[in-house]
Amino acid sequence: MSQWDLVNSDVILVMGSNMAENHPIAFRFVVEAKQRGATIIHVDPRFTRTSALADIYAPIRSGTDIAFLGGIVRYLLENDLWFREYALPYTNLSTIIEDGFQAPEEFDGLFSGWDEEKHSYKMDSWQYEGMVVPTANADHSVEVSDPEKKHEMTKRPPRRDETLQDPNCVYQIMRRRFAAYTPEMVERVTGCPKESFVKIAEAMAKNSGRERTGAVCYALGWTHHTTGSQMIRAATIMQGLLGNMGRPGGGVLALRGHCSIQGSTDIPTLYEMLPTYLAQPKAAKHPTLETYLEEETVPTGWWTNLPKYMVSLLKAWYGEHATKENEFGYQWLPKIVGDHSQFPMTFAMTDGFMRGMFVIGQNTVVGGMNAKLVQKGLAGLDWLVVRDSHEVETATFWKKGTLISEGEMKPEDIATEIFLMPASLPGEKAGTFTNTQRLVQWHDKVVDGPGDSRSDLSFVFHLARRLKELYAESTEKRDEPIRKLTLDYPVIGPLEDPDSEAVLQEINGYTTADRKLVSGFKALKDDGSTACGGWAYSGLFPEEGKNLTRSRKADGPDGNGAHHGWAFAWPSNRRTLYNRASADPEGKPWSERKKMIWWDEAEGKWTGLDIPDYVEDKAPGYRPDWSKEQTGMDAISGSDPFIMMPDGRMALFTPAGLKDGPLPAHYEPVETPAKNAFYKAQSNPAAKRFHRKGNALHEVADKQYPYALTTYRLTEHHTAGAPTRGVPTTAELQPESFAEIPPELAEKLGVRTLDWVVLSTKRGEVETRAMVTERLRPLTIDGSTVYEIGMPWHFGWAGYATGDIANILTSIVADPNVSMHEAKALTCNLRKGRLRRHHEGVEA
Amino acid sequence: MTEAWDTAKPWISKSAGMIEGSLHPRVLDYTDSFIDEVIPNESELTAGVTIEPGKSYGFFTDTTLCIGCKACEVACKEWNQLPAEEQGMSGMSYDNTRGLSSSTWRHVTFVEKVDREHTDDMQPFQSNWLMMSDVCKHCANAPCLEACPTGALFRTEFDTVVVQQDICNGCGYCVPACPFGVVDLDMSDGKAHKCTLCYDRLKGGLEPACAKSCPTDSIQFGEWDDLYERAQERVEDLHERGATNAYLYGTPGAPGATGGLERLQAFFLLSDRPEVYGLPAAPTRPSRRVAPALGTGLATAASLALAAIFLFSGKRR
Repeated sequence: MSQWDLVNSDVILVMGSNMAENHPIAFRFVVEAKQRGATIIHVDPRFTRTSALADIYAPIRSGTDIAFLGGIVRYLLENDLWFREYALPYTNLSTIIEDGFQAPEEFDGLFSGWDEEKHSYKMDSWQYEGMVVPTANADHSVEVSDPEKKHEMTKRPPRRDETLQDPNCVYQIMRRRFAAYTPEMVERVTGCPKESFVKIAEAMAKNSGRERTGAVCYALGWTHHTTGSQMIRAATIMQGLLGNMGRPGGGVLALRGHCSIQGSTDIPTLYEMLPTYLAQPKAAKHPTLETYLEEETVPTGWWTNLPKYMVSLLKAWYGEHATKENEFGYQWLPKIVGDHSQFPMTFAMTDGFMRGMFVIGQNTVVGGMNAKLVQKGLAGLDWLVVRDSHEVETATFWKKGTLISEGEMKPEDIATEIFLMPASLPGEKAGTFTNTQRLVQWHDKVVDGPGDSRSDLSFVFHLARRLKELYAESTEKRDEPIRKLTLDYPVIGPLEDPDSEAVLQEINGYTTADRKLVSGFKALKDDGSTACGGWAYSGLFPEEGKNLTRSRKADGPDGNGAHHGWAFAWPSNRRTLYNRASADPEGKPWSERKKMIWWDEAEGKWTGLDIPDYVEDKAPGYRPDWSKEQTGMDAISGSDPFIMMPDGRMALFTPAGLKDGPLPAHYEPVETPAKNAFYKAQSNPAAKRFHRKGNALHEVADKQYPYALTTYRLTEHHTAGAPTRGVPTTAELQPESFAEIPPELAEKLGVRTLDWVVLSTKRGEVETRAMVTERLRPLTIDGSTVYEIGMPWHFGWAGYATGDIANILTSIVADPNVSMHEAKALTCNLRKGRLRRHHEGVEA
Repeated sequence: MTEAWDTAKPWISKSAGMIEGSLHPRVLDYTDSFIDEVIPNESELTAGVTIEPGKSYGFFTDTTLCIGCKACEVACKEWNQLPAEEQGMSGMSYDNTRGLSSSTWRHVTFVEKVDREHTDDMQPFQSNWLMMSDVCKHCANAPCLEACPTGALFRTEFDTVVVQQDICNGCGYCVPACPFGVVDLDMSDGKAHKCTLCYDRLKGGLEPACAKSCPTDSIQFGEWDDLYERAQERVEDLHERGATNAYLYGTPGAPGATGGLERLQAFFLLSDRPEVYGLPAAPTRPSRRVAPALGTGLATAASLALAAIFLFSGKRR
């Protein structure tokens, strides 16, 4: 959903996010919704600037969000408060799951299919009865004994029981699954008073139905957990039951970490993905293009088009060298062999497998988990290129770093050769930002950057150009990926800046014969006649001179508020995904108040206030003819809105796409002051753990580390701090690092505001100022008192606003689905006092 | 160039290819091309108000919409090129700039008053953690202006109060004259400094930097009468929603506009006592105290003279 669509919400649940502080511009629309009468709810371990503007604030212990959301799901199901007319036809609530499926209640805290040896799940028992439900999610192919059974989906619809009586239907499974998540259990596990919880569940239920909708806004407070993906799933299940997807003012809004993080997911800086959500090929699984396409293509639903997108991508990258005979250059693509995310990379550096690294737009010494191990890793490199606008900690760890100040290493022991390259800031380069609502917005270059600074595009382009020159004469096969790569962007001016619009045109796609820009992804082909650098973005530059991301035509007061003339939202400039669900199964709006798109019987097409996310002329009454094989969109009936799903329905139960269970279950954070009150399994069994020296974890309810710790950001600083700690006017606003401590704990330890305190974990210790505040409160968890401490993680030794790096405390553990760390919930100790510093250069 | 929002021109719908008549015409002037000139009277677009000399402008700061992001502080310092202060952490909630000064012309106050027992049913908009962006009030009867012997302080054509840096001689009379403690001498140049309500921007048709940067419209810029009307509606609305403690500070007859100040060009909507935000409950113009003080002084002198006459005349006897 668009941030500005929040004004249409009747209830907004902000959870796993401190929206007012970290997304103040988007929060504008929450405030506007409030003025229109919406109820604003904030659920968070800390009372923040977001809570101050809410109607209901509920405290919870960090990392217990699934217990809370599971509680809401149970509340809706048991009190029959869900939106039946929506959820029954639009979700897989009535679908029958394989008989062998078992949930953690029945199975020692695990789902059925657990393979202890491989530390992962076999997903056979999670499937729709008699068929395999494939997924196009990168790195998430469905792990079953007979993947061929996915073609069953082209032969018949999944078996369903509309009466919801079948014990194996999703509805019954969910009722059993969440039965234990009573308000009493919610209070016992999360620490949120039962009354507050019920008030929130009621507010969500009250604002659902034909006339009303609600939105959920989350951010890194959900993603930074070993159960992060499942927290978001839990919210999605709630929204599915309440009928809040694809409708005005409804949805789950992922507030991204900073500007254009959405863009760097779409055109990814991630190891497991190619542009716009195609899987990065795996060496073992995808030896040829044919196997890749066979494995990754979902036979039913929109993802059937995957081959067109993949072949067009290869044509964009390898141009004339990509031919049908050479698999369009597929063999030149790098293949992955495992988890190549930041954590394994850190260890590979320490172990000497990785010799060099480019750090671009990141300050990994401050932002990376277990900051001491990160620095050890960097110290193991031969060379390191840091591109930034300031001399960040990542570039100076060798002389001012933690290893030096703690006396573990001396600068002369570190042989890493470091190249600090000055980087241009946004006003000094042309390009686009993509924000959370998938809105791609162009910005022009205003001035040249100071000194030798260049844009990242310029840097990468000229590096690639020089590499190509170096390899031009090579006849080695291994050098082909560089030699065959197209790199034909025109350059501008004396600095030979590559033309960003040319890159955007390549992303949009063109026909290879005459290099004419394509109008959108529907024009893409799998025969090499089209090239496209990111299929989902296609259409943003539909013809020469028409860069839609530049457009700034806002709706006036009489417009419909979708602002279609303001930049370009992928796909196809639609503002609300799955908006077919804004109409009932017959194609009529659920209500006048909540209308968005509808079926125009006379015209025989979908129309309305947004660009329909559907086959334009597919009538609501269309049903697949199951007497013959049905593929692609033919297999999706005219009343199934979720076209990217192989059955066209929202997956409350996910047979594939997640590695740690088809439904969420509350697992404690890997480090926690509490035992799991729900199951025998304490923490996410599938979580990625790394047993390394310097990465030791605390016991459950460890007496040496008794306090719950959460790390977070402040409005005043930008992530790892480079653009704000180095600027006096923002640095003065939050000039030093600090830890927020509830008064009850402070009194126990004799700590007052501004006192120095030391926070410690098995990974390391940091000293910081104390901020004693009522905004944090002791929580009663399972009968005993738990103190939650908070510490912002922006700080380091560089710039004007300084302090110890909070991530010295954190450990390297990760969510199994996305390799995301758990900096939002861990345990620590706290004492009054300071640390002794060894290095003279560091203030004692 | 100044057609109303709802004036549909045929070319609007044609070039936009979308909802007819729903666009501000100016929006269309600057869409697909590089903006290479200043937009005349940009304030129309950003604040919905045309800036013309001779009219009365001000700020309406609605504290109940403030999220304490301090964008106003930073925007103010960036536009006016004010230096940051090296003060370090204050320990006073999230307030580290501590107050208005010669180099901080917008300042966000933070007041924590968390009532932990009742956070599941809070007043609409701001509660438990008050945030308020303070600024020079640009008083209608500005005491600083009255105290200024050089004429450096003057009332502008926009009904705001500004210090002319080239005339100020640094006498500092304005500093104690200000009942709000706003005006401050800068130690580096010895002159008085304070918010100019972005005098230079107003002249260029630009909304003041703080108001433009405010993401939630807690700071609203406009013609004073419009702002006052808007503010009264807002108070009524808040009262209807159960926030009965909302009131205006600095409007005629309200707290803050006492002691002969009449009204503040920059006024506020508050939800707690003025002192909680660091504002005086009943500020007064020092000049109002001149007459009684003079009277007392004269009376004292007169009675002393009388006593002297009496004593001396007695001696002669």
